[in-house]
Amino acid sequence: MIDEQTLRDEIEVERYELFESPAYNFHFDRRDFIKAFGLGIVFIVPAARALAQQRGQGESGRGAGNQSLPNDIDAWIHIDESGGVTVFTGKVEVGQNTRTTLTQSVADELHVPVNSVRLVMGDTDLTPFDMGTFGSRSTPTMVPQLRKAAAAARETLVAMAAAQLNVAPADLRIVDARFLNHDKSKTLTLAEVAKGRKLVKIIPDSIAITQPKDWIIAGTSVPKVDAANYVTGKHQYTFDIKREGMLYGKIVRPAAFNASLVSVDVKAAEAMPGVKVVTDGSFIGVVAADQLTATKAANAVAVDWKSPGQPGNSELVDLLRKPATNQRGGGGEGGGGGSRPQGSITDGLAAADKKLEQTYTVQYIAHAPLEPRAAVAEWNGDKLTVWTGSQRPFGVRTELAEAFHIPEEKVRVIVPDTGSGYGGKHTGECAVEAARLAKAAGKPVKLTWTREEEFTWAYFRPAGVIDIKSGVKNDGTLTAWEFHNYNSGASGIQIKYDIPNNDIRFHPSNSPLKQGSYRGLAATANHFARESHIDELAHAVNLDPLELRLKNIKDERLRDVLQATAKAFGWGQSKPAAHHGFGIACGFEKGGYVATCAEIAIEPPSDKEDKANQRVRIVRVVEAFECGAVVNPTHLKNQIEGSIVMAIGGALFESIQFGNGKILNPHFAQYRVPRFSDLPKIEVVLVDRKDIPSAGAGETPIVGLAPAVANAIFNATGVRLRSLPLAPKGLTT
Amino acid sequence: MARVTSLNINGKRTTVDVDATASLLAVLRNDLALTGSKYGCGEGQCGACTVLIDGVATRSCITQVGRATGKQITTIEALEKDGKLHPLQEAFIKADAMQCAYCTSGMIMSASALLAKNPKPSREEIITGMNGNICRCGTYQRIIEAIQSVSGMQTAAGGARTDAQEVTS
Repeated sequence: MIDEQTLRDEIEVERYELFESPAYNFHFDRRDFIKAFGLGIVFIVPAARALAQQRGQGESGRGAGNQSLPNDIDAWIHIDESGGVTVFTGKVEVGQNTRTTLTQSVADELHVPVNSVRLVMGDTDLTPFDMGTFGSRSTPTMVPQLRKAAAAARETLVAMAAAQLNVAPADLRIVDARFLNHDKSKTLTLAEVAKGRKLVKIIPDSIAITQPKDWIIAGTSVPKVDAANYVTGKHQYTFDIKREGMLYGKIVRPAAFNASLVSVDVKAAEAMPGVKVVTDGSFIGVVAADQLTATKAANAVAVDWKSPGQPGNSELVDLLRKPATNQRGGGGEGGGGGSRPQGSITDGLAAADKKLEQTYTVQYIAHAPLEPRAAVAEWNGDKLTVWTGSQRPFGVRTELAEAFHIPEEKVRVIVPDTGSGYGGKHTGECAVEAARLAKAAGKPVKLTWTREEEFTWAYFRPAGVIDIKSGVKNDGTLTAWEFHNYNSGASGIQIKYDIPNNDIRFHPSNSPLKQGSYRGLAATANHFARESHIDELAHAVNLDPLELRLKNIKDERLRDVLQATAKAFGWGQSKPAAHHGFGIACGFEKGGYVATCAEIAIEPPSDKEDKANQRVRIVRVVEAFECGAVVNPTHLKNQIEGSIVMAIGGALFESIQFGNGKILNPHFAQYRVPRFSDLPKIEVVLVDRKDIPSAGAGETPIVGLAPAVANAIFNATGVRLRSLPLAPKGLTT
Repeated sequence: MARVTSLNINGKRTTVDVDATASLLAVLRNDLALTGSKYGCGEGQCGACTVLIDGVATRSCITQVGRATGKQITTIEALEKDGKLHPLQEAFIKADAMQCAYCTSGMIMSASALLAKNPKPSREEIITGMNGNICRCGTYQRIIEAIQSVSGMQTAAGGARTDAQEVTS
């Protein structure tokens, strides 16, 4: 059991992989739902983990308002008098289109049009507690919960309509929010059934949900909910929110990480009109009537910082090989281990014809969400409201309550649909800073981080070192697999290769930089190392890399995506052109199976780059992905394409440069992210498995690209690159 | 300190009172509540703040408002007319050319400038013309499709001088 303090002290990396119950389990305030929502019917969805306890107790059957509410609630659905359906969930929308996925799932189950369902998301005063939107959990966990609620709602409403129409419930069906009997002689609308009701229903665990083969709205490419608001610029991100009397804030940042404050002189800043300087320990911030003045005032604060000497990129590998000595090291999952070793590495190596030992590394990279951290904080008496883009609204509420020593009921966090996160917005530092400024100013304050602040004061995808020792027989049978991951994490560390002797471990280290979750977590690093190494083994025994994989993989789902990708790519059908190369890789994580083929070209240096270096261009990528039943084909394809494009950065050129407690490339001009000109031809193959429950898809499609490209570079040049990014300045050979 | 008191925005003369060195983006967003143009980097590197100045795609974050006086400024807010979306806006929805959509305004403004200059751009010309705009979610392929789908259509947004109306903010 991990206590809350330990949880918080640990690095952000994959903390959600703990799969613990939340450390908090608040007594659910027995709010009067009808009072809160007005007339209509509310369906409450007990949390999945609470349902088991509820089982056997049955429904209390008591009336609205008196019903005993479960403490632990996943969601609720309100059907108002006009027939509108409002779903309340603590999940948030950060570009992964979960708003659309959840909306179409409810509409599908309830048999109502998509546009009659509205989602209220990520508002700690309005929505039930949620751990956060991460780990590709929304689709596998929240969709079934909401479907249960919608199914219960449908059955209840049918019974009510049947009573109103004086027909048997079995004679009624719902089509497009209308109840119809067999010959359509009797009809009622959803609004007519909900009118005048005052009901709160707790849905039973036993309710059956519609299976994928019977889906009507789910499984289709419903367009992004609110798309028109985005293309017109009307959607209000946190950055866009303005409150009455709002001031603008700016934080005076330390000169380096871990710097301590020696002295501060605020006179010049405070002399500026309308400027207020706030100092509280090492926190220094200013507020002003406009952004420009706030920035000038922050620059006018004279501060002396003392910073200790700190390591840089050149010392990173040695540093990460040393075991962690503090609680910040290591990811939560597996507690520093991997899996239990199987067989004997010594025996496995003895049985091998070829043995191989190699080291792979990955650098720190930045999420660089296009909307940097932002928050608008407003105090009304002792109640604090903060708008902020976060993947963990309830986690941010906790941070705020602790920072200001106030009860959580006095804090409301509202997360507008956010300008992306990729695992990078789990923390609430900007919210805390804005709230501190607002408290001092006595007015609402908006604080928006600059791009440089986002690059510097957020957190990074962990760097890592991976050592692999392996053995293979000449016929391609893998005999031994010893795998050590230092620091980057244990996600995706497990193998689908049937290797009788394996020893797979994750070792926490002391990270010199603040590190945390990143789309796919360590699965990218672990797949890069594993799939590069498998390619090396295939070449060691002169076998086709696809053939060696298929020889050692029994898992049908993984074989299916491998074969689907190979077929679409034309693997083995032709040889690459001169200076071109082909590469393949595969993997699985979080219920998703992926296989990736890449074609790269080695081209003469472009004018802008180092003239001595050749350029690696990714020409074509084919990726097959399977995550169970497909909920929205277009959005799934979009996620896969986006993952591939994002992966290009980490594979080829993204790398945080640091030294002496400073980030040395905190700008898009220095930290290159993929652009239009980096775009390869991308072909996505969706493998739809209607017989398997849907898993999330925002992360796993990112893991295949880097090893496929590394293997393609080897195919083209004979040069094996074992460090990500592979070619930040082109090929130096 | 020099002040700017009047701007031509989306075909209307708009009264302001701002420091001439303030960024056009900050004035649009904070003083005029035109928040469709986004801050992404403040350094002209990501294109999220793109507006048209006399029809030319311009990074409003690094444009001092004083340099935009007397010129026609067009923002994303001007593209929808009488409740009807601009063809590029329709095309972005149809191609699902967005995820978090924070870059979308800038993408559409850059694309409209590109199409005004070159109504039928090739794929290579789109890539070159749009390369200053970052979509961190990686929807580039879909954005290219969206632009190609309106290629050849009448898509010019703003740029042409119109009779200014007096509007006070």
